[in-house]
Amino acid sequence: MSMDYYREYILDHYRNPRNYGKLEQPDVHSEDSNPLCGDQLSMDLTIEGDRVSAVRFQGRGCAISQASASMLSEMIEGKTIQEVVALGKDAVLDELGISISPARTKCAFLALRVLHRGLAIAGLETPDDSEEEL
Amino acid sequence: MTISISSTFADLRKDFPILKREVHGKPLVYLDSTASSQKPQSVIDAMSDYYARYNANVHRGVYQVSEEATDAMEKARVKVARFIHAPRSKQVIFTRNTSESINLVAYTWGMANIHKDDLIILTEMEHHSNLVPWQLLAQRSGARLEFIPVTDDGLLDLTIYAQLLQQQPKLVAFTHMSNVLGTINPAQEMIAQAHAAGAIVLLDAAQSVPHLPVDVQALDIDFLAFSAHKMLGPTGIGVLYGKRTLLEEMPPFMGGGDMIRTVSLRSSTWNDLPWKFEAGTPAIAESVGLGAAVDYLQALGMDAVRAHEIEITSYALEQLQQVPTIAIYGPGAEQRGGVVSFTLGEIHPHDLASILDQEVGVAIRAGHHCAQPLMERYNLAATARASFYIYTVKEDIDMLVQGLHKAQNIFSF
Repeated sequence: MSMDYYREYILDHYRNPRNYGKLEQPDVHSEDSNPLCGDQLSMDLTIEGDRVSAVRFQGRGCAISQASASMLSEMIEGKTIQEVVALGKDAVLDELGISISPARTKCAFLALRVLHRGLAIAGLETPDDSEEEL
Repeated sequence: MTISISSTFADLRKDFPILKREVHGKPLVYLDSTASSQKPQSVIDAMSDYYARYNANVHRGVYQVSEEATDAMEKARVKVARFIHAPRSKQVIFTRNTSESINLVAYTWGMANIHKDDLIILTEMEHHSNLVPWQLLAQRSGARLEFIPVTDDGLLDLTIYAQLLQQQPKLVAFTHMSNVLGTINPAQEMIAQAHAAGAIVLLDAAQSVPHLPVDVQALDIDFLAFSAHKMLGPTGIGVLYGKRTLLEEMPPFMGGGDMIRTVSLRSSTWNDLPWKFEAGTPAIAESVGLGAAVDYLQALGMDAVRAHEIEITSYALEQLQQVPTIAIYGPGAEQRGGVVSFTLGEIHPHDLASILDQEVGVAIRAGHHCAQPLMERYNLAATARASFYIYTVKEDIDMLVQGLHKAQNIFSF
Protein backbone atom coordinates (compact mmCIF):
# COMPACT_ATOMS: atom_id res chain seq x y z
CA MET A 1 0.00 0.00 0.00
CA SER A 2 1.09 3.52 -0.66
CA MET A 3 2.54 5.76 2.05
CA ASP A 4 0.80 8.65 0.34
CA TYR A 5 -1.50 9.74 3.17
CA TYR A 6 -3.04 12.68 1.46
CA ARG A 7 -5.05 11.09 -1.31
CA GLU A 8 -7.99 12.97 -2.65
CA TYR A 9 -10.64 10.81 -0.96
CA ILE A 10 -8.93 11.16 2.41
CA LEU A 11 -8.74 14.92 2.03
CA ASP A 12 -12.36 14.90 0.92
CA HIS A 13 -13.42 13.23 4.16
CA TYR A 14 -11.31 15.76 6.06
CA ARG A 15 -12.80 18.75 4.25
CA ASN A 16 -16.34 17.45 4.15
CA PRO A 17 -16.69 15.15 7.13
CA ARG A 18 -19.71 12.83 6.95
CA ASN A 19 -22.00 12.54 9.96
CA TYR A 20 -20.40 15.51 11.66
CA GLY A 21 -22.06 16.81 14.81
CA LYS A 22 -23.75 15.51 17.94
CA LEU A 23 -26.92 13.59 18.74
CA GLU A 24 -29.39 14.98 21.29
CA GLN A 25 -30.04 11.73 23.11
CA PRO A 26 -27.38 9.24 22.17
CA ASP A 27 -27.45 5.65 23.41
CA VAL A 28 -23.69 5.55 23.10
CA HIS A 29 -21.38 8.48 23.83
CA SER A 30 -17.66 8.63 24.24
CA GLU A 31 -14.83 11.06 23.75
CA ASP A 32 -11.08 10.96 23.88
CA SER A 33 -8.03 12.91 22.92
CA ASN A 34 -4.61 12.04 21.70
CA PRO A 35 -2.33 13.81 24.17
CA LEU A 36 0.65 13.75 21.81
CA CYS A 37 -0.91 15.92 19.15
CA GLY A 38 -4.02 17.32 20.78
CA ASP A 39 -6.46 15.52 18.48
CA GLN A 40 -9.93 15.43 20.03
CA LEU A 41 -12.88 13.33 19.09
CA SER A 42 -16.36 12.61 20.44
CA MET A 43 -18.81 10.12 19.00
CA ASP A 44 -22.54 9.61 19.52
CA LEU A 45 -24.65 6.66 18.37
CA THR A 46 -28.32 5.87 18.62
CA ILE A 47 -29.43 2.26 18.55
CA GLU A 48 -32.73 0.99 17.21
CA GLY A 49 -33.34 -2.70 17.70
CA ASP A 50 -29.95 -4.23 17.20
CA ARG A 51 -28.77 -1.66 14.66
CA VAL A 52 -26.95 1.66 14.72
CA SER A 53 -29.64 4.05 13.51
CA ALA A 54 -27.58 7.22 13.61
CA VAL A 55 -24.01 8.25 14.22
CA ARG A 56 -22.36 11.64 14.66
CA PHE A 57 -18.84 12.62 15.52
CA GLN A 58 -17.17 15.88 16.38
CA GLY A 59 -13.54 16.68 16.72
CA ARG A 60 -10.51 18.54 15.71
CA GLY A 61 -7.11 17.34 14.74
CA CYS A 62 -5.04 16.14 11.86
CA ALA A 63 -6.44 15.02 8.53
CA ILE A 64 -5.76 11.36 9.27
CA SER A 65 -7.64 11.34 12.57
CA GLN A 66 -10.61 13.30 11.25
CA ALA A 67 -10.85 11.48 7.92
CA SER A 68 -10.70 8.10 9.62
CA ALA A 69 -13.50 9.21 11.97
CA SER A 70 -15.61 10.28 9.02
CA MET A 71 -14.97 6.99 7.21
CA LEU A 72 -15.67 4.97 10.34
CA SER A 73 -18.99 6.78 10.80
CA GLU A 74 -20.04 5.66 7.33
CA MET A 75 -18.88 2.13 8.04
CA ILE A 76 -21.06 1.73 11.13
CA GLU A 77 -24.23 3.50 10.08
CA GLY A 78 -27.02 0.95 9.76
CA LYS A 79 -24.81 -1.94 10.86
CA THR A 80 -25.79 -4.39 13.60
CA ILE A 81 -24.20 -3.96 16.99
CA GLN A 82 -22.51 -7.30 16.49
CA GLU A 83 -20.89 -6.08 13.28
CA VAL A 84 -19.79 -2.81 14.87
CA VAL A 85 -18.32 -4.57 17.91
CA ALA A 86 -16.30 -6.75 15.54
CA LEU A 87 -14.74 -3.78 13.71
CA GLY A 88 -11.00 -3.71 14.19
CA LYS A 89 -7.91 -1.90 12.99
CA ASP A 90 -7.70 -3.87 9.76
CA ALA A 91 -11.14 -2.70 8.68
CA VAL A 92 -10.16 0.94 9.26
CA LEU A 93 -6.86 0.49 7.42
CA ASP A 94 -8.67 -1.14 4.47
CA GLU A 95 -11.01 1.81 4.29
CA LEU A 96 -8.19 4.35 4.52
CA GLY A 97 -6.37 2.45 1.78
CA ILE A 98 -2.94 3.58 2.91
CA SER A 99 -0.30 2.13 5.14
CA ILE A 100 0.17 4.08 8.34
CA SER A 101 3.59 4.61 9.84
CA PRO A 102 3.88 3.70 13.53
CA ALA A 103 4.03 7.36 14.56
CA ARG A 104 0.63 8.03 13.01
CA THR A 105 -1.32 4.96 14.16
CA LYS A 106 -2.71 6.84 17.15
CA CYS A 107 -4.20 9.35 14.70
CA ALA A 108 -5.64 6.70 12.40
CA PHE A 109 -7.25 4.67 15.20
CA LEU A 110 -8.44 7.45 17.50
CA ALA A 111 -12.02 7.18 16.21
CA LEU A 112 -11.99 3.39 16.52
CA ARG A 113 -10.82 3.68 20.11
CA VAL A 114 -13.53 6.22 20.91
CA LEU A 115 -16.15 3.96 19.32
CA HIS A 116 -15.16 0.87 21.27
CA ARG A 117 -14.85 2.79 24.49
CA GLY A 118 -18.37 4.13 23.97
CA LEU A 119 -19.74 0.67 23.29
CA ALA A 120 -18.03 -0.62 26.44
CA ILE A 121 -19.44 2.23 28.55
CA ALA A 122 -22.90 1.44 27.19
CA GLY A 123 -22.43 -2.19 28.15
CA LEU A 124 -22.63 -3.38 24.55
CA GLU A 125 -19.17 -4.92 24.53
CA THR A 126 -16.58 -6.09 27.00
CA PRO A 127 -13.75 -3.63 27.38
CA ASP A 128 -10.82 -5.02 25.48
CA ASP A 129 -7.52 -4.01 27.04
CA SER A 130 -5.68 -4.65 23.81
CA GLU A 131 -7.64 -1.79 22.25
CA GLU A 132 -5.76 0.56 24.58
CA GLU A 133 -2.61 -0.34 22.70
CA LEU A 134 -4.04 1.06 19.48
CA MET B 1 41.59 37.04 5.32
CA THR B 2 37.86 36.54 5.59
CA ILE B 3 36.64 33.04 6.13
CA SER B 4 33.10 32.50 5.00
CA ILE B 5 31.48 30.74 7.92
CA SER B 6 28.78 29.17 5.82
CA SER B 7 31.23 27.50 3.43
CA THR B 8 33.28 26.15 6.34
CA PHE B 9 30.15 24.88 7.95
CA ALA B 10 28.92 23.44 4.66
CA ASP B 11 32.15 21.42 4.41
CA LEU B 12 31.62 19.74 7.76
CA ARG B 13 28.51 17.94 6.49
CA LYS B 14 30.80 15.20 5.17
CA ASP B 15 31.66 14.37 8.80
CA PHE B 16 28.07 13.27 9.45
CA PRO B 17 27.40 9.92 7.76
CA ILE B 18 23.63 10.07 8.28
CA LEU B 19 23.39 13.19 6.12
CA LYS B 20 24.23 10.99 3.14
CA ARG B 21 21.12 8.83 3.51
CA GLU B 22 17.81 9.14 1.76
CA VAL B 23 14.23 8.95 3.02
CA HIS B 24 11.38 8.17 0.63
CA GLY B 25 13.94 8.39 -2.20
CA LYS B 26 15.00 11.92 -1.28
CA PRO B 27 18.11 13.16 0.52
CA LEU B 28 17.45 13.50 4.24
CA VAL B 29 17.02 17.09 5.38
CA TYR B 30 17.30 16.89 9.14
CA LEU B 31 15.65 19.81 10.91
CA ASP B 32 15.06 18.30 14.34
CA SER B 33 18.35 18.87 16.14
CA THR B 34 16.58 20.41 19.10
CA ALA B 35 15.16 16.95 19.81
CA SER B 36 18.46 15.21 19.15
CA SER B 37 21.50 16.16 17.11
CA GLN B 38 23.22 14.00 14.54
CA LYS B 39 26.64 12.52 15.31
CA PRO B 40 29.93 13.07 13.48
CA GLN B 41 32.03 10.06 12.53
CA SER B 42 34.59 11.02 15.20
CA VAL B 43 32.03 10.44 17.95
CA ILE B 44 30.87 7.14 16.45
CA ASP B 45 34.50 6.02 16.08
CA ALA B 46 35.45 7.02 19.62
CA MET B 47 32.67 4.84 21.02
CA SER B 48 33.36 1.82 18.83
CA ASP B 49 37.08 2.19 19.55
CA TYR B 50 36.33 1.89 23.25
CA TYR B 51 34.37 -1.31 22.67
CA ALA B 52 36.93 -2.72 20.23
CA ARG B 53 40.14 -1.87 22.09
CA TYR B 54 39.73 -1.11 25.78
CA ASN B 55 36.29 -2.19 26.97
CA ALA B 56 36.38 -2.87 30.72
CA ASN B 57 34.72 -1.54 33.83
CA VAL B 58 36.12 1.62 35.34
CA HIS B 59 37.48 2.55 38.76
CA ARG B 60 38.03 -1.08 39.74
CA GLY B 61 40.35 -3.15 37.63
CA VAL B 62 44.04 -3.12 38.46
CA TYR B 63 44.95 -4.05 34.94
CA GLN B 64 45.89 -2.23 31.78
CA VAL B 65 42.58 -2.26 29.92
CA SER B 66 40.50 -1.11 32.88
CA GLU B 67 43.00 1.65 33.57
CA GLU B 68 42.69 2.79 29.96
CA ALA B 69 38.90 2.82 30.23
CA THR B 70 39.02 4.78 33.51
CA ASP B 71 41.48 7.21 32.03
CA ALA B 72 39.31 7.77 28.93
CA MET B 73 36.20 8.40 31.01
CA GLU B 74 37.93 10.79 33.39
CA LYS B 75 39.56 12.62 30.47
CA ALA B 76 36.11 13.11 29.01
CA ARG B 77 35.03 14.63 32.31
CA VAL B 78 37.94 17.08 32.15
CA LYS B 79 36.99 18.01 28.58
CA VAL B 80 33.41 18.72 29.64
CA ALA B 81 34.61 20.75 32.62
CA ARG B 82 36.82 22.91 30.38
CA PHE B 83 34.02 23.25 27.84
CA ILE B 84 31.68 24.86 30.39
CA HIS B 85 34.55 26.55 32.29
CA ALA B 86 33.96 24.58 35.48
CA PRO B 87 36.68 25.21 38.09
CA ARG B 88 37.25 21.49 38.66
CA SER B 89 36.29 18.34 36.80
CA LYS B 90 34.94 16.79 40.04
CA GLN B 91 32.07 19.25 39.72
CA VAL B 92 30.97 17.51 36.52
CA ILE B 93 28.63 14.63 37.39
CA PHE B 94 27.63 12.20 34.68
CA THR B 95 23.92 11.36 34.67
CA ARG B 96 21.68 9.82 32.01
CA ASN B 97 20.33 13.08 30.63
CA THR B 98 19.12 16.57 31.53
CA SER B 99 16.01 15.18 33.19
CA GLU B 100 18.05 12.98 35.50
CA SER B 101 20.38 15.88 36.33
CA ILE B 102 17.42 18.02 37.37
CA ASN B 103 15.82 15.16 39.30
CA LEU B 104 19.11 14.60 41.11
CA VAL B 105 19.03 18.19 42.38
CA ALA B 106 15.32 18.02 43.23
CA TYR B 107 15.70 14.80 45.21
CA THR B 108 18.93 15.58 47.07
CA TRP B 109 19.44 19.33 47.40
CA GLY B 110 15.69 19.85 47.18
CA MET B 111 14.71 17.40 49.92
CA ALA B 112 17.42 18.81 52.22
CA ASN B 113 16.70 22.48 51.60
CA ILE B 114 13.12 22.99 50.44
CA HIS B 115 10.48 22.96 53.15
CA LYS B 116 6.81 23.71 53.57
CA ASP B 117 5.73 27.06 52.07
CA ASP B 118 9.17 27.71 50.56
CA LEU B 119 8.98 29.33 47.14
CA ILE B 120 10.39 27.88 43.92
CA ILE B 121 10.28 30.18 40.89
CA LEU B 122 9.97 28.56 37.45
CA THR B 123 8.80 29.91 34.09
CA GLU B 124 5.89 29.25 31.77
CA MET B 125 8.28 28.17 29.01
CA GLU B 126 9.87 25.20 30.77
CA HIS B 127 10.29 21.80 29.19
CA HIS B 128 8.48 19.17 31.25
CA SER B 129 11.90 18.04 32.50
CA ASN B 130 12.36 21.33 34.37
CA LEU B 131 8.78 21.43 35.60
CA VAL B 132 7.64 17.98 36.72
CA PRO B 133 10.59 17.30 39.09
CA TRP B 134 9.71 20.54 40.93
CA GLN B 135 6.02 19.64 41.01
CA LEU B 136 6.99 16.35 42.65
CA LEU B 137 9.26 18.16 45.11
CA ALA B 138 6.46 20.62 45.91
CA GLN B 139 4.08 17.71 46.56
CA ARG B 140 6.58 16.06 48.90
CA SER B 141 7.68 19.19 50.73
CA GLY B 142 4.66 21.48 50.63
CA ALA B 143 6.66 24.12 48.76
CA ARG B 144 4.99 26.69 46.50
CA LEU B 145 5.61 27.07 42.77
CA GLU B 146 5.34 30.43 41.02
CA PHE B 147 5.88 31.07 37.34
CA ILE B 148 7.45 33.89 35.36
CA PRO B 149 4.95 34.55 32.55
CA VAL B 150 5.84 34.57 28.86
CA THR B 151 5.02 37.70 26.85
CA ASP B 152 3.35 37.60 23.44
CA ASP B 153 6.82 38.09 21.92
CA GLY B 154 8.03 34.90 23.57
CA LEU B 155 10.15 36.60 26.22
CA LEU B 156 10.06 36.20 29.99
CA ASP B 157 8.23 38.97 31.83
CA LEU B 158 11.11 40.22 33.98
CA THR B 159 8.92 42.75 35.80
CA ILE B 160 6.92 39.91 37.28
CA TYR B 161 10.18 38.08 37.96
CA ALA B 162 11.42 41.04 40.03
CA GLN B 163 8.15 40.99 41.99
CA LEU B 164 8.39 37.26 42.64
CA LEU B 165 11.96 37.67 43.87
CA GLN B 166 10.67 39.91 46.67
CA GLN B 167 8.96 36.85 48.16
CA GLN B 168 12.34 35.34 49.16
CA PRO B 169 12.46 32.30 46.89
CA LYS B 170 14.72 29.39 47.79
CA LEU B 171 15.25 28.32 44.20
CA VAL B 172 14.94 29.77 40.72
CA ALA B 173 15.01 27.15 37.94
CA PHE B 174 14.69 28.23 34.33
CA THR B 175 15.67 27.30 30.83
CA HIS B 176 18.60 29.08 29.21
CA MET B 177 17.02 28.55 25.79
CA SER B 178 13.43 27.54 25.07
CA ASN B 179 13.09 24.34 23.05
CA VAL B 180 9.87 25.68 21.50
CA LEU B 181 10.30 29.42 21.01
CA GLY B 182 14.07 29.40 20.79
CA THR B 183 14.14 32.33 23.23
CA ILE B 184 17.56 32.83 24.83
CA ASN B 185 16.81 34.07 28.30
CA PRO B 186 19.02 36.75 29.93
CA ALA B 187 20.69 34.27 32.27
CA GLN B 188 23.41 36.59 33.57
CA GLU B 189 20.95 39.21 34.73
CA MET B 190 18.40 36.71 36.05
CA ILE B 191 20.99 34.74 38.02
CA ALA B 192 22.44 37.90 39.58
CA GLN B 193 18.96 39.00 40.62
CA ALA B 194 18.17 35.57 42.06
CA HIS B 195 21.37 35.57 44.08
CA ALA B 196 20.66 39.07 45.35
CA ALA B 197 17.33 37.69 46.59
CA GLY B 198 19.12 34.82 48.33
CA ALA B 199 18.00 32.06 45.95
CA ILE B 200 19.94 29.16 44.44
CA VAL B 201 19.74 28.91 40.63
CA LEU B 202 19.41 25.87 38.41
CA LEU B 203 19.85 26.56 34.71
CA ASP B 204 18.37 24.07 32.25
CA ALA B 205 21.05 24.24 29.56
CA ALA B 206 19.85 21.34 27.41
CA GLN B 207 19.45 23.73 24.46
CA SER B 208 22.13 26.29 25.28
CA VAL B 209 25.30 24.28 25.95
CA PRO B 210 25.11 22.67 22.47
CA HIS B 211 24.57 25.98 20.71
CA LEU B 212 26.16 28.85 22.68
CA PRO B 213 29.30 29.53 24.68
CA VAL B 214 28.34 28.81 28.31
CA ASP B 215 30.69 29.79 31.15
CA VAL B 216 29.41 28.55 34.50
CA GLN B 217 31.80 30.78 36.45
CA ALA B 218 31.08 33.96 34.50
CA LEU B 219 27.36 33.28 34.91
CA ASP B 220 27.87 32.28 38.56
CA ILE B 221 25.60 29.27 38.06
CA ASP B 222 24.80 27.06 41.06
CA PHE B 223 23.50 24.08 39.08
CA LEU B 224 23.63 23.46 35.33
CA ALA B 225 22.02 20.52 33.52
CA PHE B 226 22.43 19.32 29.93
CA SER B 227 22.47 16.22 27.70
CA ALA B 228 25.16 14.84 25.39
CA HIS B 229 22.83 13.75 22.60
CA LYS B 230 21.81 17.28 21.70
CA MET B 231 25.47 18.34 21.29
CA LEU B 232 26.75 15.75 18.78
CA GLY B 233 27.22 13.12 21.50
CA PRO B 234 25.45 9.86 22.27
CA THR B 235 22.17 9.26 24.06
CA GLY B 236 22.28 7.89 27.59
CA ILE B 237 24.62 10.43 29.14
CA GLY B 238 23.98 13.86 30.57
CA VAL B 239 25.75 16.26 32.87
CA LEU B 240 25.04 17.99 36.13
CA TYR B 241 27.44 20.74 37.07
CA GLY B 242 27.21 22.16 40.58
CA LYS B 243 29.10 24.50 42.83
CA ARG B 244 31.47 22.45 44.94
CA THR B 245 30.11 23.42 48.36
CA LEU B 246 26.56 22.65 47.27
CA LEU B 247 27.51 19.26 45.84
CA GLU B 248 29.57 18.34 48.88
CA GLU B 249 26.75 19.13 51.28
CA MET B 250 24.12 17.27 49.29
CA PRO B 251 23.16 13.74 50.31
CA PRO B 252 23.68 11.06 47.64
CA PHE B 253 21.04 10.36 45.01
CA MET B 254 21.04 6.68 44.13
CA GLY B 255 22.84 4.07 46.19
CA GLY B 256 25.02 1.33 44.77
CA GLY B 257 28.48 0.51 43.58
CA ASP B 258 31.08 3.20 42.98
CA MET B 259 29.30 5.87 45.02
CA ILE B 260 30.53 4.53 48.37
CA ARG B 261 33.73 4.81 50.36
CA THR B 262 33.01 2.13 52.97
CA VAL B 263 30.03 -0.19 53.32
CA SER B 264 29.00 -2.20 56.36
CA LEU B 265 25.80 -4.15 56.72
CA ARG B 266 23.84 -1.32 58.28
CA SER B 267 25.54 1.85 57.04
CA SER B 268 27.89 3.30 54.49
CA THR B 269 29.99 6.36 53.86
CA TRP B 270 30.10 8.19 50.57
CA ASN B 271 32.71 8.50 47.90
CA ASP B 272 34.19 11.86 46.90
CA LEU B 273 32.78 14.05 44.17
CA PRO B 274 31.80 13.33 41.48
CA TRP B 275 31.43 9.60 42.13
CA LYS B 276 29.19 10.14 45.17
CA PHE B 277 26.44 10.80 42.61
CA GLU B 278 27.38 8.09 40.12
CA ALA B 279 26.02 4.81 41.47
CA GLY B 280 26.65 1.68 39.44
CA THR B 281 28.65 1.12 36.29
CA PRO B 282 28.47 4.40 34.39
CA ALA B 283 27.89 4.99 30.69
CA ILE B 284 31.56 4.53 29.79
CA ALA B 285 31.35 4.40 25.99
CA GLU B 286 28.93 7.32 26.12
CA SER B 287 31.31 9.41 28.21
CA VAL B 288 34.04 8.74 25.65
CA GLY B 289 31.60 9.76 22.90
CA LEU B 290 30.70 12.93 24.78
CA GLY B 291 34.40 13.75 25.06
CA ALA B 292 34.77 13.39 21.30
CA ALA B 293 31.69 15.59 20.77
CA VAL B 294 33.23 18.31 22.95
CA ASP B 295 36.47 18.04 20.93
CA TYR B 296 34.48 18.51 17.73
CA LEU B 297 32.61 21.58 19.01
CA GLN B 298 35.74 23.14 20.47
CA ALA B 299 37.59 22.77 17.19
CA LEU B 300 34.82 24.81 15.57
CA GLY B 301 34.57 27.23 18.48
CA MET B 302 31.26 27.95 20.17
CA ASP B 303 31.29 31.57 19.01
CA ALA B 304 31.43 30.33 15.44
CA VAL B 305 28.65 27.80 16.17
CA ARG B 306 26.47 30.61 17.46
CA ALA B 307 27.34 32.86 14.51
CA HIS B 308 26.40 30.09 12.08
CA GLU B 309 23.07 29.57 13.80
CA ILE B 310 22.25 33.27 13.79
CA GLU B 311 22.91 33.27 10.04
CA ILE B 312 20.79 30.18 9.40
CA THR B 313 18.01 31.26 11.75
CA SER B 314 17.84 34.76 10.22
CA TYR B 315 17.61 33.19 6.78
CA ALA B 316 14.94 30.77 7.96
CA LEU B 317 12.83 33.52 9.56
CA GLU B 318 13.17 35.66 6.43
CA GLN B 319 12.16 32.81 4.09
CA LEU B 320 9.40 31.41 6.28
CA GLN B 321 7.79 34.82 6.81
CA GLN B 322 7.08 34.90 3.08
CA VAL B 323 5.00 31.74 3.20
CA PRO B 324 1.30 32.70 3.13
CA THR B 325 -0.79 31.87 6.23
CA ILE B 326 2.26 30.99 8.36
CA ALA B 327 2.34 32.03 12.02
CA ILE B 328 5.79 32.05 13.62
CA TYR B 329 6.20 32.04 17.39
CA GLY B 330 9.02 33.56 19.41
CA PRO B 331 11.52 36.40 19.17
CA GLY B 332 13.89 37.62 16.41
CA ALA B 333 17.12 35.85 15.45
CA GLU B 334 19.35 37.80 17.87
CA GLN B 335 17.41 36.62 20.90
CA ARG B 336 16.65 33.20 19.47
CA GLY B 337 18.57 29.97 19.16
CA GLY B 338 18.24 27.80 16.05
CA VAL B 339 14.59 26.92 16.64
CA VAL B 340 11.51 28.07 14.73
CA SER B 341 8.05 26.95 15.82
CA PHE B 342 5.21 27.72 13.49
CA THR B 343 1.76 26.79 12.30
CA LEU B 344 0.57 26.91 8.72
CA GLY B 345 -3.02 28.02 8.28
CA GLU B 346 -5.43 25.30 9.30
CA ILE B 347 -3.05 22.47 8.47
CA HIS B 348 -2.44 20.33 11.53
CA PRO B 349 1.29 20.16 12.41
CA HIS B 350 1.23 16.36 12.21
CA ASP B 351 -0.09 16.48 8.68
CA LEU B 352 2.57 19.04 7.86
CA ALA B 353 5.31 16.82 9.30
CA SER B 354 4.06 13.79 7.36
CA ILE B 355 3.93 15.73 4.09
CA LEU B 356 7.40 17.22 4.60
CA ASP B 357 8.76 13.76 5.33
CA GLN B 358 7.13 12.06 2.37
CA GLU B 359 7.30 14.78 -0.26
CA VAL B 360 10.67 16.44 0.35
CA GLY B 361 12.50 14.27 2.90
CA VAL B 362 12.44 17.02 5.54
CA ALA B 363 12.37 15.85 9.17
CA ILE B 364 10.71 18.30 11.55
CA ARG B 365 9.00 17.90 14.90
CA ALA B 366 5.27 18.32 15.37
CA GLY B 367 3.44 18.34 18.66
CA HIS B 368 3.65 20.04 22.03
CA HIS B 369 7.45 19.60 22.33
CA CYS B 370 7.18 18.50 25.97
CA ALA B 371 6.07 22.00 26.90
CA GLN B 372 2.29 21.71 27.30
CA PRO B 373 1.89 24.77 29.59
CA LEU B 374 3.62 26.94 26.98
CA MET B 375 1.30 25.57 24.28
CA GLU B 376 -1.66 26.50 26.47
CA ARG B 377 -0.18 29.97 26.96
CA TYR B 378 -0.40 30.45 23.19
CA ASN B 379 -3.71 28.56 22.99
CA LEU B 380 -2.20 25.97 20.67
CA ALA B 381 -2.64 22.20 20.63
CA ALA B 382 0.56 21.74 18.69
CA THR B 383 3.09 23.48 16.49
CA ALA B 384 5.49 22.40 13.80
CA ARG B 385 9.10 23.04 14.73
CA ALA B 386 12.18 23.25 12.55
CA SER B 387 15.52 23.38 14.36
CA PHE B 388 19.07 23.84 13.18
CA TYR B 389 22.62 22.97 14.05
CA ILE B 390 26.16 23.23 12.73
CA TYR B 391 25.40 21.03 9.69
CA THR B 392 22.27 22.94 8.65
CA VAL B 393 22.66 24.82 5.36
CA LYS B 394 20.46 27.32 3.57
CA GLU B 395 19.46 24.67 1.04
CA ASP B 396 17.81 22.78 3.92
CA ILE B 397 15.65 25.82 4.65
CA ASP B 398 14.80 26.14 0.94
CA MET B 399 13.63 22.52 0.93
CA LEU B 400 11.50 23.17 4.02
CA VAL B 401 9.86 26.15 2.34
CA GLN B 402 9.28 24.11 -0.83
CA GLY B 403 7.63 21.42 1.32
CA LEU B 404 5.36 23.98 2.97
CA HIS B 405 4.17 25.13 -0.45
CA LYS B 406 3.47 21.50 -1.39
CA ALA B 407 1.48 21.06 1.80
CA GLN B 408 -0.55 24.14 0.97
CA ASN B 409 -1.28 22.76 -2.49
CA ILE B 410 -2.39 19.42 -1.07
CA PHE B 411 -4.63 21.13 1.46
CA SER B 412 -5.92 23.93 -0.76
CA PHE B 413 -9.67 23.97 -0.62
